[in-house]
Amino acid sequence: MLLPFRLARPAEPVFSPTARWGLMLIVLFALSVGAAEAQTSAGQPGILATIWKWTPLLAQGFALNIAISFLAMAIGTAAGVPLGICQISLLPPLRGGSWFVTQFFRNSPWLVLLFYCMLLLPFEVNIAGHIVPIPGWIKSTVGLSLPVMANMSELVRGAIRSIPAGQWEAADALAFSRRQILWMIILPQCVKRMTPPWMNLYAILTVATPLCSVVGVSEAMTLTRDALASEARNELLVPMYLYLLAAFFVYCYPIARATQALEKKFAVK
Amino acid sequence: MTEPLIRIQDIHKSFAKVEVLSGISMDVAKGEVVCVIGPSGSGKSTLLRCVNALVPIDKGSIVVDGQEVHDPKLDKLALRRKVGMVFQQYNLFPHKTALENVMMAPVHVLKQDKKEVEARARGLIKKVRLEGKESSYPGELSGGQQQRVAIARSLAMQPEVMLFDEVTAALDPETVKEVLLAIRELAEEGMTCMIVTHEMGFAREIAGHVYFTDRGVIVEHGPPKEFFSGAKDPRTRQFLSQIL
Ligand SMILES: Nc1ncnc2c1ncn2[C@@H]1O[C@H](COP(=O)(O)OP(=O)(O)OP(=O)(O)O)[C@@H](O)[C@H]1O
Ligand SMILES: [Mg+2]
Repeated sequence: MLLPFRLARPAEPVFSPTARWGLMLIVLFALSVGAAEAQTSAGQPGILATIWKWTPLLAQGFALNIAISFLAMAIGTAAGVPLGICQISLLPPLRGGSWFVTQFFRNSPWLVLLFYCMLLLPFEVNIAGHIVPIPGWIKSTVGLSLPVMANMSELVRGAIRSIPAGQWEAADALAFSRRQILWMIILPQCVKRMTPPWMNLYAILTVATPLCSVVGVSEAMTLTRDALASEARNELLVPMYLYLLAAFFVYCYPIARATQALEKKFAVK
Repeated sequence: MTEPLIRIQDIHKSFAKVEVLSGISMDVAKGEVVCVIGPSGSGKSTLLRCVNALVPIDKGSIVVDGQEVHDPKLDKLALRRKVGMVFQQYNLFPHKTALENVMMAPVHVLKQDKKEVEARARGLIKKVRLEGKESSYPGELSGGQQQRVAIARSLAMQPEVMLFDEVTAALDPETVKEVLLAIRELAEEGMTCMIVTHEMGFAREIAGHVYFTDRGVIVEHGPPKEFFSGAKDPRTRQFLSQIL
């Protein structure tokens, strides 16, 4: 006779999905270091030692990634908020124009926008007789801020539309002007709703910054490739890129966690 | 006889070819309280919204205190400071405290002195029996409390007329009483009121005149005693028998 067997109850997940992903990354990194170590011929420095040697340079590159992400986020937000507000304007040309700009930049590949900015922006400008060069990383920052602006514009429009019509109606009945309603009643309520998706957008932007390596900016990805080229050791390839991945993970994971926590907090209220 | 404070004459309103108001007329004298009752979708809310120009009318005329509401040159601010409105869903501003909700419009729309407004606002909050809740946010108040803040917020503009659109419909029976009490006190002080309600007992007690609307027209109207005991039209009778 067969005994009814009991299915083991799935254990409570100890780690969140993202944390497990991070853990996997570390395990993978350790495995790849081990595997690479095995291929290292006698007399060559160890894999970890080599990675350690390049770390200061890679950190410099990574700092540039962060700088680009901050700046592109600032520019994109500053331009995206007014663009989003224009999308609900009562003036048809303004509404239509801002809608078009938003859709255009939201649906263009980021890399294509980067190339366009590299090509179209001058490499130097003349400010009151002074020749001021524009370095490549600034141009690529502008390139990345365009899709950020478009996504921000949609966030603002969506947040405004998600405020119940009763808020407009009540404010109208109290004789507030449209401008006052927007600035004093609607937008303050939008800030809270927009914060989690705004942080999410920042995390997406940050992991997109290595795109700048394609247009020749010396950020972490470019420097990793340079380091690999100068070492000329095939077994370094996998651990080195995993090392870079881990750096991005360590930076972005807390942001993702904070976003989730905020979402939960706002959902309760 | 003196000129009524609100004179509505043969107004028509359609939304996308569907006529919601098909020729409504009524006069409301200063200090009078009228109740509008009728089945859902009969145009009661639309009627109130026309009076403070939240909804433009297609035909007819509404005059409030000598001002033609649908004159294109109308100063909406001047009209809306005269006509307060309270909604079924309270619509308080959730990011502002009760006191700030009450103070906002007089300070920013009428540009009145903040100290004066604050004193008045505190008085109004006390009047609707919410003393001590000044710094609570709407999310921390019960429905009945929120609705009373909404009434105080409207009163802070010192209107001459108050419009109430089913203000107790979203409340549980316990809290309905406290809101009705606030309205009753206002009416007794001589505030002109147009009240859309499903509370028949309340309408009978408070109204000087009751209007029954159905499909965009006024089917029957009269003083509450005659209206509730001697309704002639079969539609009115049917509605009253369902609801009482
Ligand atoms: N802004 C609008 N656009 C289109 N249709 C509308 C609009 N406002 C109201 N209506 C329609 O007009 C009709 C009357 O609506 P109204 O809200 O005035 O009715 P009501 O008598 O207040 O009903 P209730 O008792 O359910 O509140 C309804 O059929 C409604 O769908
Ligand atoms: Mg209604």
